[in-house]
Amino acid sequence: MGASSQRRLNMLIVNFALLFIVLLWTIPTLGIFVSSFRTRGDIQASGWWTVLPHKAWETTATLSPTDLGLDPNGVMNVEGVTGTFEELRQGVQSGDTRVIWIGNKRLGRIEVQKQKWAVNWEFTLENYQQVLSGKAIQFTNADGTVETIPGDNMVGAFLNSLAVAIPATIIPILIAAFAAYAFAWMRFPGRRILFIMVVALLVVPLQIALVPILRDYNTLQLNGTFLGMWLAHTGFGLALATYLLYNYISTLPRETLESAFIDGASHFTIFMRLILPLSVPALASFAIFQFLWVWNDYLIALIFLGGNPETKVITMRLADIVGSRGNDWHLLTAGAFITMILPLIVFFSLQRYFVRGLMAGSVKG
Amino acid sequence: MAQINTSSNSSDSVGTKFLALISRVFIAVVIPLIAFAVIYAGFIFLRDSNAPKWLIALVAIVWGVGGVGLLFWVFNGIVERLPDKWTQRLQPFVFAGPAIAILIWYLALPTARTFWLSLLDRNGTEFIGIQNYVAIFTERLMREAFRNNLMWIIFGSTFSVAAGLLIAVLADRSKWERVSKSLIFLPMAISFVGAGVIWNFMYESRPIDVPQIGLLNAIVVAFGGSPKAWFAWTDIIPWNNLFLIVIVIWLQTGYSMVLFSAALKGIPNELLEAARVDGATEIRIFFGIMIPYIRGTLITVWTTVVIFTLKIFDVVWVMTGGQFGTEVIATQFYRQSFVARNSGFGSAIAIILLIAVIPVMIYNLRQFREQEAF
Repeated sequence: MGASSQRRLNMLIVNFALLFIVLLWTIPTLGIFVSSFRTRGDIQASGWWTVLPHKAWETTATLSPTDLGLDPNGVMNVEGVTGTFEELRQGVQSGDTRVIWIGNKRLGRIEVQKQKWAVNWEFTLENYQQVLSGKAIQFTNADGTVETIPGDNMVGAFLNSLAVAIPATIIPILIAAFAAYAFAWMRFPGRRILFIMVVALLVVPLQIALVPILRDYNTLQLNGTFLGMWLAHTGFGLALATYLLYNYISTLPRETLESAFIDGASHFTIFMRLILPLSVPALASFAIFQFLWVWNDYLIALIFLGGNPETKVITMRLADIVGSRGNDWHLLTAGAFITMILPLIVFFSLQRYFVRGLMAGSVKG
Repeated sequence: MAQINTSSNSSDSVGTKFLALISRVFIAVVIPLIAFAVIYAGFIFLRDSNAPKWLIALVAIVWGVGGVGLLFWVFNGIVERLPDKWTQRLQPFVFAGPAIAILIWYLALPTARTFWLSLLDRNGTEFIGIQNYVAIFTERLMREAFRNNLMWIIFGSTFSVAAGLLIAVLADRSKWERVSKSLIFLPMAISFVGAGVIWNFMYESRPIDVPQIGLLNAIVVAFGGSPKAWFAWTDIIPWNNLFLIVIVIWLQTGYSMVLFSAALKGIPNELLEAARVDGATEIRIFFGIMIPYIRGTLITVWTTVVIFTLKIFDVVWVMTGGQFGTEVIATQFYRQSFVARNSGFGSAIAIILLIAVIPVMIYNLRQFREQEAF
């Protein structure tokens, strides 16, 4: 009896601690997710957590100081509250009532407010429309002035990111799978030393390559092109891909391959018909990694795409908005969420493979 | 017609042999030519086209992926049509060649080239010996970068490893294991730029007389404090770096959690039960059994996170651009190489980064040599 209640208490502590940590980890993302649907005015005026029920002051009566015969230069008594003009401007509270003077001494009004439960539930999709489209948008401020804000064309950047990320995921996998097969099932001079090179290059920081490769790209005019990006991401992901796929392909059962050879199949046929289908789990886990890595990459894009606005990828576009309009939270939150949406889908639908990849994984340079 | 002839290789008459030879040559020459023409046409289209964006993206994807597949297929086809001896000799290089060539071009050669550049002046024209390295260890911003990077490595790795371990242990005992692990893991799918926006919003600071919209300052103000600029809080340099480090801890904890979680599941249950029967406390079990059991994983995770924080760039660059005393080695590398255009200095920084990871490289190579299978 004592032991079982002790166990229940332990369980409770464990679950409570876990809940606390999970909330801690989720709240930052939740904040921008909620904010991305709030109006520009709302985001600037109140915290995103005000979408939750909270106590807020609500005006129950509006009074005119002249009708009440108050002297703004002395101490006033309104609705059971006393205070000078300066104090009333800040709002004077008594019990659950607050009296506040709005406006100047001569023309102002007095509001009587009570605390009531409230939720700020004014949601909109406008932020997304604005950040996605390339068109300029007219925005009317609260004070009636009209601002013209250029659109951010995130659709274009999204398509660029797709055009970079999909080939930059598949190309290294294809090249690495061929190489892994050769290292695992073929004999050729230099095989061992070349594979040692692959292992050694696993942790080389990619910073080492950026200056020389940028020079090559200037010569070859690959700067700002998708091809240049695919090759760069292939180059920086290939060592890990080859290593991981070799580990997997070399453990495939030898008998399967030998019987295929006896049937007269060529290496190419065996690779395409047998090895690739058998390696799907390993290919998938590396693919998810590489895709997330390329999609989320900022440094390589900054260096090799930097000069070409036509091919800007989505992380660069978002960083641009951070740099130029760091206070336009309605755009930043929507923009950030657009960059996250695809990785999150990939992540949640293929989490199993992702975890498996992590386990087999090593350190990427 | 050509296909039929090549596929039947057991024909006796001279006529069919001749026909087979002709068709072989035909295939070996014409198909590669067509393939190269297709690839070239795609290249021209992507370079010059004014087509709508989605079409360009689509063509790029098909061209990029298909092109690589096509090249493998064509070169393999050519090699397979050679005499058997040559096929055997050359085919491995068709398979492994592209990978090796790319690795040499993108990583192996640049290591040597960067080292050479690091001995030259800012334009890469004049040899100046080790002057760049001397500058690295004497310049003020570089000293700041080394200090900050050290903080990144110490705090970043310690906290993300400790948090990951704690969560793994807690989740292991909870029936909410799957959900809670997924949610903590989720930030791993978010880019650094995205995470920068998320945390900028958390840290947002307003004057005290208007409502705070950043959660952290709202809490501070609710408890009667005054809003802080957090990572731009210059009074507490270098400790303001911690507010940037938090972001990476938030991103990386999921990784260590997953690895620890798997390692903990590998501990035999009998071992834990036996210890509990003997009356060991949970804390003793944790330090006496769990930690020794997952030592290998602990080392791997720690190394990974250290290497990762060593090269930290995006977060700092997007959040502060290196201002407010938050410069790190990789931002210095970027600034020197691509903003200040001082390739010699930038290259020397890259070499320092390389030297820092050499112990891990040696460890990897040793591990590999121990696997006798190769």
